Amino acid sequence: MDDTLTHVSAGRKLKDLTAKVLVGAAFGLAVIPLVSVLWMVVKNGLARFDLDFFTHSMRNIGPFDAHGGAYHAILGTLQQVALAALISIPIALLTAIYLVEYGEGGRLARSISFFVDVMTGIPSIVAGLFILAFWVLGLGMSFSGFAGALALSILMMPVVVRSAEEMLRLVPNELREASLALGVPKWRTIVKIVLPTAFTGIVTGVMLAVARVAGETAPLMLTVFFTDSINNSAFSGAQMGLPLFVFDQAGKPNPTAIDRAWTGALTLILIVMLLNLGARLIAWWRRPATSR
Amino acid sequence: MAKRIEISGLDAFYGRTRAIADISMAVEPRQVTAFIGPSGCGKSTLLRTLNRMHELTPGGTVEGKVMLDGTDLYGAQVDPVAVRRTIGMVFQRPNPFPTMSIYDNVAAGLRLLGRTRRSQLDDVVERSLTGANLWNEVKDRLDKPGAGLSGGQQQRLCIARAIAVQPQVLLMDEPCSALDPISTLAIEDLIATLKESYTIVIVTHNMQQAARVSDVTAFFTITDAGEPGRLVEMDDTNKIFTNPSEKGTEDYITGRFG
Repeated sequence: MDDTLTHVSAGRKLKDLTAKVLVGAAFGLAVIPLVSVLWMVVKNGLARFDLDFFTHSMRNIGPFDAHGGAYHAILGTLQQVALAALISIPIALLTAIYLVEYGEGGRLARSISFFVDVMTGIPSIVAGLFILAFWVLGLGMSFSGFAGALALSILMMPVVVRSAEEMLRLVPNELREASLALGVPKWRTIVKIVLPTAFTGIVTGVMLAVARVAGETAPLMLTVFFTDSINNSAFSGAQMGLPLFVFDQAGKPNPTAIDRAWTGALTLILIVMLLNLGARLIAWWRRPATSR
Repeated sequence: MAKRIEISGLDAFYGRTRAIADISMAVEPRQVTAFIGPSGCGKSTLLRTLNRMHELTPGGTVEGKVMLDGTDLYGAQVDPVAVRRTIGMVFQRPNPFPTMSIYDNVAAGLRLLGRTRRSQLDDVVERSLTGANLWNEVKDRLDKPGAGLSGGQQQRLCIARAIAVQPQVLLMDEPCSALDPISTLAIEDLIATLKESYTIVIVTHNMQQAARVSDVTAFFTITDAGEPGRLVEMDDTNKIFTNPSEKGTEDYITGRFG
């Protein structure tokens, strides 16, 4: 057999091995924090992962008492995140559609793009401060879940705009042309061809944004305030949120409270995971063209 | 159904660059007119001015007249959306809608315009697919994704989609350049049938194809890079390929060009 085809020099073998080891090590390093966080949260969170936790609030429960739960916080988080999504997704989607389909690199599109980038960099506590100053102090509204949702939507909007924009740009121009050449108006082409094609990606981007804001603590402290009781309305009076609950309980020096904090963290992770799973299901169900 | 197109003094621009200059020609109904010429001579641009697709390209503008049976397509009152509905187009690369089934792809034009009842839709889909010579191959899997077909089938699906809205004119921009010879043959046969009811304009790089499918051939060229493309001559396909009036045409079709 010809030597040139089979011989691999020692130097190349060494390089190959080094690269393999480096890539493997980098992967290991990246996974360590993820696995250890999950492990810690599950291990410590299971202590109070019981029915009480999901059906009771912290009303009349002191830091040393056992029992008590996060029902009020879970309810608050779900309402605040849902409201934030309701506010920010339509605005963000329309912005992305404008940037990709209508802006055509004009001055307005470029300045919108610039300010979306600026918004992405806003620290979350600044968003909270803004709503505190504008909504609560300026307009004299009370602390409420809705005020928290406003702060969260400021954080959510730029993330959704960016991801939706990327997804819309991925839609091949040929599809737009094919539709326009059939005599379909531009807006219908966007609604019926471009958006469905980008749907899966947009849903993924929205879920990432939801996951991001669901864990925000700082803006909530300044806007939904704080309560130990159940408040069913996001529009009046202080509410609670899971991140606030975790922050509050973890600040108390007793094991009963610390246990509640861990379970709160576990619940938050589970909620985000369930939402992601739901989004995957929607995306999977909408993807293939089977309906007639 | 089929209508006559008359182009006079047409210039098309990309920004400030003039892509084609001073084109005047007539495209007769129920005939296949082929546009041939070297790359960059503006034949695709000209094709796209005929259904007002050119202006969708950023910076794309048009000067001059395109008359469709007496109506100027660039008149102030004319709605470009209506023009595109009247003059259908098939693109270089097959581009079925990936989110839609075969059935939905064909029905897309009518459905997106929202004017057709479901019972009628079934008829239109069968008629269009039959017209595109694809019905027998797909009739048992109309609910499968259009993107799952072979390249040639996809292109015929796109033709079915284009004729489902019953246009007067069908523009084809190198419809076979991404296809193998057998699929090409299928499309060429189809063009021969379609010309009985439509005005067809086809852009092609393949001169044998122009010779096979077209009745009239127009030859375009550019004198220099950066110069706009111009019409050299237009005549019966037989004459263009056997005894062209211009030396430039003869050089091009015999391969002595440039």
